Amino acid sequence: MLNWPVVFISDDDSQLAAGAGAWLNTGMNWEPSYLTGFLGGCLIGAGSLLALIVTKKIPGISGVFARLLRPESNDIGWRIVFLIGLIGGAALMMGISDTAASYRLPAGRSLFVFALAGLVVGFGTRLGGGCTSGHGVCGMGMGARDSIIATLVFMGAGFGTVFFWNLVSSAS
Amino acid sequence: MKTKFLILLAGALFGSGLALSGMTDPTRVTGFLDLFGSWDPTLAFVMGGALLVFGGGYFLLRKSCDLPRDSGEPVSRRLLMGALLFGIGWGLGGFCPGPAIANLGALRIEALVFVPAMAIGMILVQRLCKIDA
Repeated sequence: MLNWPVVFISDDDSQLAAGAGAWLNTGMNWEPSYLTGFLGGCLIGAGSLLALIVTKKIPGISGVFARLLRPESNDIGWRIVFLIGLIGGAALMMGISDTAASYRLPAGRSLFVFALAGLVVGFGTRLGGGCTSGHGVCGMGMGARDSIIATLVFMGAGFGTVFFWNLVSSAS
Repeated sequence: MKTKFLILLAGALFGSGLALSGMTDPTRVTGFLDLFGSWDPTLAFVMGGALLVFGGGYFLLRKSCDLPRDSGEPVSRRLLMGALLFGIGWGLGGFCPGPAIANLGALRIEALVFVPAMAIGMILVQRLCKIDA
């Protein structure tokens, strides 16, 4: 397995630390994951833009997936192709990069928690009309006011959930 | 045929970006959501990169490519409730729909549990709320 981009970046760790150590004088240290995160984000943006141009539909993942579940949907072809590309592209990247292959379960999450989380995410994304990609990337990128508000709300709810999760699990 | 290929490419760009950015690693995501603990800002860089490319491209190409516009719908109680629930589920597992689906290829057991549960949640909304979602 190639170590790109781990090796490529971690070789430069000392220079990165020297150059951006007290990053913007905030006292934060620059981590290699910020660069791979930004580059990966650019790929996510490019894929979303290309899908929007080709289909003229906003390619939020929850919407693309949910409309596969409706028997009356008559445009499921491109949705299946897009999701096959998504799974294949992720598998390919995980195969060539140790950074991308990283998979760590957050502390204390059982399979039951994932089942409950999936149920709530499915319900919430369809009720709210979008997820991190539909509202967070596409909607906000188009300057939609409701998407900006939805993103603030789900991020706030996520912050609160992890805060309470840690509070309860450290108390027990 | 050409259209299908471009959509496959778009999906592959999206999926490879999710993996490269570390968003398929649930602890990266819960690390970002742990704002009051040991905060990991990586997800903010991912959003920044995605918004830069998508938003920049959208505003350059929206006229020439006749791209859809923001419908300008008012913020509804339904949107707020949905976003709140989604955020809770996101914090529980560290999975949102894209990364969960992207992890199916690697046969991660959590994704194999999460994605069908997500489908059930979506079908429940469609049945209970009788909405076109």
